[in-house]
Amino acid sequence: MGAYLLRRLSLTLVVLVGITLLTSVVMRLAPGGLTGGVTDLSARASAHEQRKKFIALYDLDKPWYVQYGRWLKRLSRLDFGRSFKDDRPVLEKIGERLPNTLLLNFLSLGLVFLVAIPVGVLAAVKQNTFWDRAVSVFVFVGFSVPTFWLALMLMILFGVNLGWLPLSGLHSLNADEMSFAAYGADMGKHLILPVLISTFTGLAGLSRFVRNGLLEVIRQDYIRTARAKGLPESRVIFHHALRNALLPVITILGLSLPDLIGGGFIFETIFAFPGMGRLGFDAIMARDFPVVMGVGTIAAFLTLAGNFLADLAYAAVDPRIRLSGKR
Amino acid sequence: MKFFLPAGFSVCCLLSACGRDPVPEPALSAADLRPTRGDTFVEASLGDPSRLNPLLASDSASGSVNGYLFNGLVKYDRDLKLVGDLAEFWTVSPTGLDIVFHLRKNVLWHDGVPLTADDVVFTYQRLIDPKVMTPYGSDFALVKSVTAVDPHTVRVVYKEPFAPALESWGIGIVPQHIFQNTDFNTNFANRAPIGTGPYKFQILKTDEKTVLVANPHYFEGRPNIDRVVIRVIPDSSVQFLELRSQSIDSMGLSPDQYMAYDSFFKHHQKFRYPSFSYTFFGFNLQRELFKDLRVRQALSLALDKREIIDGVLLGYGRSATGPFPPSSWAFDPTVPELLFDPVRAKALLAEAGWRDTDGDGVLDKDGKPFAFTVITNQGNKMREQTAVILQAHLARVGIKVEVRVLEWSSFIHDFVDKGNFDAIILGWNLGRDPDQYLIWHSSQKGEGRYNFIGYQNPLADKLWEDGRRTFDQRERQVIYRKLHRMLAEDLPYIFLYYPEALPTVHKRFQSVIVAPAGIGWNFREWYVPKSLQRYRLAS
Amino acid sequence: MMWRYYGIRFLGNRLALAGAIALLFIGLAAWTAPLLTRHNPNEQRLTERLQSPSANHLLGTDDLGRDVFSRMLYGGRVSLRVGLLAVAISVTLGTLVGLVAGYWGGVTDAVLMRLVDIVLCFPTIFLILMVIAFLEPSLWNVMAVIGFTSWPGLARLVRGETLSLRERDFVLAARGLGLSAPRILFVHLLPHLVAPILVSATLGVGGAILTESALSFLGLGVQPPLASWGNILTSGKDYLHVAWWLSIFPGVAILVTVLALNLLGEGLRDVFDPRENQ
Repeated sequence: MGAYLLRRLSLTLVVLVGITLLTSVVMRLAPGGLTGGVTDLSARASAHEQRKKFIALYDLDKPWYVQYGRWLKRLSRLDFGRSFKDDRPVLEKIGERLPNTLLLNFLSLGLVFLVAIPVGVLAAVKQNTFWDRAVSVFVFVGFSVPTFWLALMLMILFGVNLGWLPLSGLHSLNADEMSFAAYGADMGKHLILPVLISTFTGLAGLSRFVRNGLLEVIRQDYIRTARAKGLPESRVIFHHALRNALLPVITILGLSLPDLIGGGFIFETIFAFPGMGRLGFDAIMARDFPVVMGVGTIAAFLTLAGNFLADLAYAAVDPRIRLSGKR
Repeated sequence: MKFFLPAGFSVCCLLSACGRDPVPEPALSAADLRPTRGDTFVEASLGDPSRLNPLLASDSASGSVNGYLFNGLVKYDRDLKLVGDLAEFWTVSPTGLDIVFHLRKNVLWHDGVPLTADDVVFTYQRLIDPKVMTPYGSDFALVKSVTAVDPHTVRVVYKEPFAPALESWGIGIVPQHIFQNTDFNTNFANRAPIGTGPYKFQILKTDEKTVLVANPHYFEGRPNIDRVVIRVIPDSSVQFLELRSQSIDSMGLSPDQYMAYDSFFKHHQKFRYPSFSYTFFGFNLQRELFKDLRVRQALSLALDKREIIDGVLLGYGRSATGPFPPSSWAFDPTVPELLFDPVRAKALLAEAGWRDTDGDGVLDKDGKPFAFTVITNQGNKMREQTAVILQAHLARVGIKVEVRVLEWSSFIHDFVDKGNFDAIILGWNLGRDPDQYLIWHSSQKGEGRYNFIGYQNPLADKLWEDGRRTFDQRERQVIYRKLHRMLAEDLPYIFLYYPEALPTVHKRFQSVIVAPAGIGWNFREWYVPKSLQRYRLAS
Repeated sequence: MMWRYYGIRFLGNRLALAGAIALLFIGLAAWTAPLLTRHNPNEQRLTERLQSPSANHLLGTDDLGRDVFSRMLYGGRVSLRVGLLAVAISVTLGTLVGLVAGYWGGVTDAVLMRLVDIVLCFPTIFLILMVIAFLEPSLWNVMAVIGFTSWPGLARLVRGETLSLRERDFVLAARGLGLSAPRILFVHLLPHLVAPILVSATLGVGGAILTESALSFLGLGVQPPLASWGNILTSGKDYLHVAWWLSIFPGVAILVTVLALNLLGEGLRDVFDPRENQ
């Protein structure tokens, strides 16, 4: 067990370093330069002059490997540097967004589980019937729809025309003056649309997985045995089959982590939601290197940590897996 | 099919614009016509402010927040006349080299410390400090010295006459007592600023909002509106939806939004006025293709500008003839427009040797087709549309144009700064002073400078120099009108259009007046009658 | 023999069949675009901008007075081409890496799989953005970037299959005969992998079409005036309040196409499912 852990950890470290190296190389070789958030020319301000001072001050004229070396050295002290845009520590900026992103994703992930598992079971149990097909179409519509388009349409419907829900943002303007309960309720209201949409668009993966997994498990001998013993069908499905069908889901979850953490920026842009995706996207567009590196590293770290935990969990629940490091 | 229902349903609603029933606006009583305090003004911004320091900020989001928080020594009034702001008055020596500003004596920084001449001197020193990352240094390059004569008097001496000098002192003054002996670039105050302006900084939540509250000690008197919130909403379609649901009070509209159904503006009033900017189609004059004036004239004649203005601006703007907007005193109304005349365009091109000899529909000369690429920046819909229209117009006279829309960072860094383009569609936001030495003078060619098209004309150079040295507005007007005509004839750019600013403000705000300076020049006096106020401040 | 059997099973899978028919229609419409419309997709008539659907303009006109119906048809060509070619790239790359890693194992496998891990650890769109910033957007670059960033999933899959296949008798026999590695890989192993690759490719095309629309949303997609569903949809966003047809039609087109691809892909998975082939 100890040797396995050590091996896994060292591999993880290799991957992590690889990620930072790749990010660094791509970003430094990319065309363009610092913008400082400027997006238009003004005849009065010389952005170029400002940029030159910046480059000199931050040693940006050095080759990328020198800068990467320095970045790694700082990182060893857990110093991610400061954003070029507003000079705030990168960790602080990430620290502001990460909870929002995690909140949104955990909520929608929870909801995905809540909906996808019964729906997947339904499809499997009623394989090749109307229900199976209806469920398939439903989950795939979610998967196939351009998210920003769906979001805008629902915003118009629920926000503008019906006026039931706030359109964008995470809090009302006067949220800071609310009582704790009101603050929570207000935030909840703001979260309804984003959570529902990201749930709807995320159902397909898990529900198909449950369906196909269950179909496979149902054919196994021990299920036949359970049935032969005369156990009620519901107990066979939910107690025996589902548990085994769900095991690989842990791995699937681990794999979807990076997109959950950093992939939501179109969504976040539409909903004016202060999350990690927008932070990363704006940083790429403004060539805000420290933030890009920070977001990339943190997202990768969380992903690897998630995968690692997933593997451990898998090993813990499934005795068939020997901890030999084989996948 | 039921899955399509939500989308289909909202479509119907879009079509018929059937929103909630309008809330009837109560009629204003006489008591409401007296300015009252209270309420919140909610603005939308596409981006997050980077640095709330008028010396360091160059993005428009920071600029608009800083406008509430800081004052310069001078400002433009409703009629675009320079008047005192922090300076009560000033005197200029007959040579123009010596300006003495007399500061107001009742100005307090937001933390209660009085403003003194030392703050002005400190601000100047930071502007010329090579370690300070300011883009505004060039405005002050000609300053010889800035000294505090006494706590309320500042003397500025110039090395040579510089007519835009006065305007340049409109830059926000920063507090010495906050920044002294700290790193100016990284001081915490750049995120929690202390200024002298009508509003005090309260909180900045990154990518969410910036909140400002009325400054009770403002030297011109406390503003009526208690609070200003600038919300970050990065998508303009979403901004517009938020406007319709009254979650924001004000935004800048696109022409299409401005033209939208009246029912969308039940609660908001629309304004339009000329902005101080123009959009142009510029040629890289280092390229052989564009060196021939006849070719540039032909390109200009081949463009149906009317169609661009109607199609892109929907008429909310006017055709440009030169580098000064019509609302500037430097604008020469007698400069004629080059009219749309594709036949003459073809004739001129033929004269310059461009003919379609191989019958492929594209002109050629010495075996080379007349083809070039026009670049513009991504994120400005009107410029993209202009590029596509222009492409179609030029195709009709046999010129093949490729359009490349580039993301801002590489657009500026790798194409504009390096002069690495054939032709470009871009716009200039202008100061009120007509000096555009930085854009047109031949000394301003070279990487990262603003004469990126490589314009060189000794006569024009001389006039730009004279314009900077002359203080008398009437004499300057003569100079700039000459320049206007010269550039219109020389066609280094095809000046396309002067767009209009199209802001909208919630109807509950009173005293919103459009002047040559636009709206907002009297923001301090805006108010909301008690009965219409939407937000209350806790305590 | 086997394929005929698959064919019968496929015809029995109604959803997959529906998806295939829908795709056939969409593909045919895009293919025969010049026959279906007499409007040039790039012809501007600014006096006719933002007209609602009518007999002349079946799906209305856009902000430059171009016919939306013909832009949808021609844009469909572009979107489908982006999807197909991007997937061609990713399938080639993914299959190759997976085969090589799975067959040789050892250090080769370890290195390649770490590479896969690295790419998989990035939010996909993050990686695409970085590379797009690098390459500047054009039809070909958009395709290439989507292709070059979406191969790792397939590589893992193919590697897994190869690992289990390489110990099978026919491979061992081929090796015993002294056949060259490329011959074993491509002649003997690859045919066994066609089914999973086909499924993954079908699903991949849908993914690539969605990615293209996301890139267009960011202004990093196919360049104007070329139409793609993604950039028609994106420009529609600015006219939500006055021209619903600019958002609805491309949105529905993308939805239907990607849905059809997914149903087809899933259907194929069921069809090829070895457990049901008893």
